Amino acid sequence: MSVETHEEVHRHPAPTGFIRKYIFSLDHKVIGIQYIILALVAVLVGMTMSLLMRMNLSWPGTHWPILATLFPTGAPAGVMNPDFYLSLVTMHGTIMVFFVLTTAPQGGFGNYFLPIQIGAEDMAFPVLNMMSFWITLLGFVVILLAIVVEGNVRIGEWFAALGPSFAGGSGTVGPIGGWTGYAPLSAIGKIAGPGQGAGMNLWVISIAIFCVGSLLGALNFITTLLNMRTKGMSLMRMPLTCWAWFTTAVLALLSFPVLLGGGILLLLDRIAGTSFFIPGGLYVSGVLSGTNPNFPLHTGGSPILWQHLFWFFGHPEVYIAILPGMGATSHILATFARKPVFGYRAMVFAIFAIGLLGFFVWGHHMFISGMSPYSAIAFSVLTLSIGVPSAVKTFNWIGTLWGARIRFTTPMLFAIGFVSLFVAGGITGLILGQSSLDLAMHDTYIVTAHFHLVMGVASIFGMFAAIYFWFPKMFGRLMSESLGKFHFWITFIGVYSIFVPMHVMGLVGMPRRFSTFAEYGFLTKLHPLVLFVSIAAIMTIAVQFVFYFNLIWSLFKGQRASDNPWEATTLEWSTSTPPPHDNFAGVLPTVYHGPYEFAVPGAPNDFIMQTDAGAEVTSGNGHDGHKH
Amino acid sequence: MATMVTSTKTVTKKSTGEGSKFPGPNGNGSKRNGHDFFDPESRANRYRIGMWVALASITMLFTALSSAYIVRAGGASDWVSIAMPRVLLFSTALILISSVTLEVSRRSLKDSSLDGYGRWLLLTMLLGLGFLASQLVAWRQLARQGVYLSSNPHSSFFYLLTAAHAVHLAGGLLALIFLWVRSRLATERKVTARGQAAADAVTIYWHFMDALWIYLFLLLFLWR
Amino acid sequence: MGRALAVIIWIITALSVLMFVSKKWWFPATISEHGPALDRQFMITILVVGVSFGAAQIGLGWMVWKYRDTGKAGDRGLYTHGSNRLEVLWTVITAVVFISLAIMGQTVWASLRLHDAPPGSYSVEVVAQQFQWNFHYAGKDNVFGRTDPKLIDDGALNFIGLDESDPNEKDDAVLASLVIPVNRPVELRLRSKDVIHSFWVPPLRFKQDLVPGMEIKVHFTATKVGQYELACAELCGQNHFKMRGFMLVLPDNEFEPLKALPQAQFQEQVKSLLAKYPIIID
Ligand code: HEA
Ligand code: HEA
Ligand code: CUA
Ligand SMILES: [Cu+2]
Repeated sequence: MSVETHEEVHRHPAPTGFIRKYIFSLDHKVIGIQYIILALVAVLVGMTMSLLMRMNLSWPGTHWPILATLFPTGAPAGVMNPDFYLSLVTMHGTIMVFFVLTTAPQGGFGNYFLPIQIGAEDMAFPVLNMMSFWITLLGFVVILLAIVVEGNVRIGEWFAALGPSFAGGSGTVGPIGGWTGYAPLSAIGKIAGPGQGAGMNLWVISIAIFCVGSLLGALNFITTLLNMRTKGMSLMRMPLTCWAWFTTAVLALLSFPVLLGGGILLLLDRIAGTSFFIPGGLYVSGVLSGTNPNFPLHTGGSPILWQHLFWFFGHPEVYIAILPGMGATSHILATFARKPVFGYRAMVFAIFAIGLLGFFVWGHHMFISGMSPYSAIAFSVLTLSIGVPSAVKTFNWIGTLWGARIRFTTPMLFAIGFVSLFVAGGITGLILGQSSLDLAMHDTYIVTAHFHLVMGVASIFGMFAAIYFWFPKMFGRLMSESLGKFHFWITFIGVYSIFVPMHVMGLVGMPRRFSTFAEYGFLTKLHPLVLFVSIAAIMTIAVQFVFYFNLIWSLFKGQRASDNPWEATTLEWSTSTPPPHDNFAGVLPTVYHGPYEFAVPGAPNDFIMQTDAGAEVTSGNGHDGHKH
Repeated sequence: MATMVTSTKTVTKKSTGEGSKFPGPNGNGSKRNGHDFFDPESRANRYRIGMWVALASITMLFTALSSAYIVRAGGASDWVSIAMPRVLLFSTALILISSVTLEVSRRSLKDSSLDGYGRWLLLTMLLGLGFLASQLVAWRQLARQGVYLSSNPHSSFFYLLTAAHAVHLAGGLLALIFLWVRSRLATERKVTARGQAAADAVTIYWHFMDALWIYLFLLLFLWR
Repeated sequence: MGRALAVIIWIITALSVLMFVSKKWWFPATISEHGPALDRQFMITILVVGVSFGAAQIGLGWMVWKYRDTGKAGDRGLYTHGSNRLEVLWTVITAVVFISLAIMGQTVWASLRLHDAPPGSYSVEVVAQQFQWNFHYAGKDNVFGRTDPKLIDDGALNFIGLDESDPNEKDDAVLASLVIPVNRPVELRLRSKDVIHSFWVPPLRFKQDLVPGMEIKVHFTATKVGQYELACAELCGQNHFKMRGFMLVLPDNEFEPLKALPQAQFQEQVKSLLAKYPIIID
């Protein structure tokens, strides 16, 4: 048997044409940037929707002329209809969770930096990588389509030609179902009300497409990390970011197929007349199932089955959203604390424990769904156990800062903000996770508060930290520090002001997904808080434009960055800025050290890069116990 | 070569190597080196790794669908078992044989017998096509009896699971075609580590599809 | 910068804690038998959670306050990779605390959900639909009349599909409000005609989904007379927010005679009782 004796390092030469270089690129760095741009666009849509939601909640009945022009049916005379509001909630949640927090942290920063940090010249399967981005983008286009198809009567009529279940134009901006799309509301079609025709179909299709894209990405991440580490890059020398991306990929690999399966079943219920999730004998809008062509006969389906499939995916998904942020935070904290990560090994185990436990707690979203009360107890105990590795991570972050020499750069501020917000959001999980307490808490604003602090803000802070940190490596210029700090202060105070009051709203009993609270006496005393939250939200959202401005301005006018502006240790800082097409200009690096060798006694500098051949660091020094 | 930023050159060396070597002391890395990057065998290995990873994900998809099946079958009053179309036995035979022929093909490659490789590959492709055709016949038979996707839960799952399997198998078929065309077009008649790895990966996939079919078959007609 | 950040973190922490401690916005007073136990569990939890929150934020702020980079050459941070002893210590402590919380957090749940309603409970059938509540009362015979989805006809006001040919149906009543006796176990049999809804009366301290295709039974005991607002807590369509209903808890001397009334008078009487009792909102 003859075997090739050598395989060249440049597996694919640098492309030259614009299209191959920037559009259909196989380069993981370009793909990473494409993902980040996708997230930056998606977050604008999601943020605008949250702005409209807040406007509707605190100033109901006000005429917003621009809405009257854009959505004459959904917001007649500029006043939002209840169904318009609910479709905003649905689309806001979906876009934020899927197209922002599952794209930028993993597909974006992970794609760009995982290969560089492990010393590889690209991802294991560049073509799959490219496909994964374009499929994800297609998913985004499909969900945007839902806005126009439901929002515009004429386009809605065109879609009706695809079949009766595709009728649109109901004046919403998409389906009404929440990002969780509970069946049978999501399954029975347009008979269930506005947005349940084309909007819901497009929603399901978009999610299914998104699943496929994410799966290809996850496959790539796992293989790359297992197969392509450079010489000396043992598992325990990987930066914590790599561990986080790896675990995230494993979670995605095992959870997205379940959502895909569920999505297919849901779509079949909607368009092929099957009854996976639709029980028999339904009577909707004056029509009994099977007595009208708009509502075919259904029998025996199980609505709770959808919830199981959705949350089996959904809970790992929320960790998919936060693990990369945790990785980036650990990485950035160590760099600017000028200290090794405290308890690296414990951090790795904690990431794994969170990932593993994350598969066995999905039932905590379903305590009151009518599932077995015995399984609720098991889910509840497992749910609180997940707090343990999370607390371990928190302690280690604080430990990393202990005895540090902190440099307060913008990325560091956001990383510290991440820790603060993660604790604030995470601990309310300990309340919600108790089956008894969830009897009162479920589907009230305390849940909204919990997940916004931990996901809507902590994870986002992880991304802010990441972009301020890595921007110089990606584009060769530093982002403006003064604008960055301004952005940090207002956002940090702003998000706490938005989401802390939501906790007490939940205690009073304010239910989620209500387009107005005026109907209820017991909610009247919350009106001032509702107003306060909206004002804080408007302020916070406004400041995000400073961030966007900073991003674009720095791209062209930012101060030029050296190869290692932060004096960091990992491999991405040992290559040139921005990295060449194959990342290391033909010579793959060799790794000699752990990832966070800062403040080594006796070393000439306070940091030792992973590639420094000469420097030998004792491992015994920090093995157990602290400094001697 | 780009300029490398190097922070330091020497640090006094102290004694090392206490404690367990794996997983290594806190963050300082173990002393194990990564694999040799330029070893083509190891680079080619990514196809095998990637395939196992992909199979884990496909397993999850079918696990999700099977648990839906089990939940739906348990305690449903509207369940009507459909009669097994006989032709499915023929499908099963075809796919079992195709696994054998593909294995022979893969071994031929390992023994550097490129002709044998191509021939058995071709046979496997035909068997795979035969399987798909036979599945289609099964669908037609059911449809002729008036059993459609939406008729009852069992038929829904039958169509769904066979279709999901067929889509995956068709993907395998494309991969076989790709392997075959590449072996035809190859200018140098020799076996590369990469070529071997690709053939291995496709074979693993095909065997998996075979086992998956047996599993689905049993689930659909023995479970309830 | 570090000091400013530390101070901001502390201020935010203090204000957040204050928001809870002031109890300006808090649960409405509970009116169910299991409510006090649930509230107690909540207080224990909020204490643990509040202390952890405070400790973590104060600790974080402290590090940020104290360990600034001085910029002096040669001034380096502490070179440590951690401490296994500390890791074990805090893992064990948090595990003990969190898992104890988890176990304590099951008692109310177990008392409510792990067994059927006690004998002698008063049963009401609840049938939710987009966007209204229907409460089905068995009447004097304590037997619910037969229902069938095929007989549902919203237009004819037969919202739950009562079978008029069933003799048990004769004294049954279907109302938009829930009327129950005080201090007596009540069993709700929850069903839905169309999509998932959720039964939610904040002072009762529990909610339960109504899932089409299933009949879910829950039981509770209301301990305070009065009229309360009832909301739907599961997204069920465009008018989810409007699915408001009322729950009337009556003393025995008003409830028993009411129960014995025939259908038409029952309805009238409930109407006047609803007018009599003001809505209690906190
Ligand atoms: C990532 C997730 C995420 C994010 C960021 C947000 C951001 C915000 N959300 Fe939302 N939200 C959800 C996820 C998120 N949300 C979900 C899942 C739901 C549930 C939906 C459902 O019920 O089905 C929900 C529901 C929800 C509700 C409840 C509606 C209801 O139940 O009736 C409200 C109400 O006020 C709300 C408000 C807001 C506000 C004011 C913001 C903000 O606008 C706050 C200010 C914004 C930022 C601070 C983000 C800025 C980020 C960037 C600029 C991106 C940077 C990108 C890179 C660095 C790459 N959201
Ligand atoms: C990034 C996303 C994210 C993360 C990380 C989490 C983390 C957790 N979540 Fe959350 N969750 C969501 C996103 C997330 N969640 C979303 C989106 C929903 C709503 C979905 C919907 O319905 O629309 C939700 C809903 C949700 C529910 C359902 C509520 C309901 O609908 O009734 C529950 C219930 O158990 C829960 C629990 C938890 C728990 C126990 C954790 C734990 O992992 C948290 C662990 C963290 C800690 C415990 C803090 C650690 C620090 C300390 C403890 C410091 C201690 C310090 C000292 C003692 C000094 N979550
Ligand atoms: Cu009924 Cu919400
Ligand atoms: Cu969860």
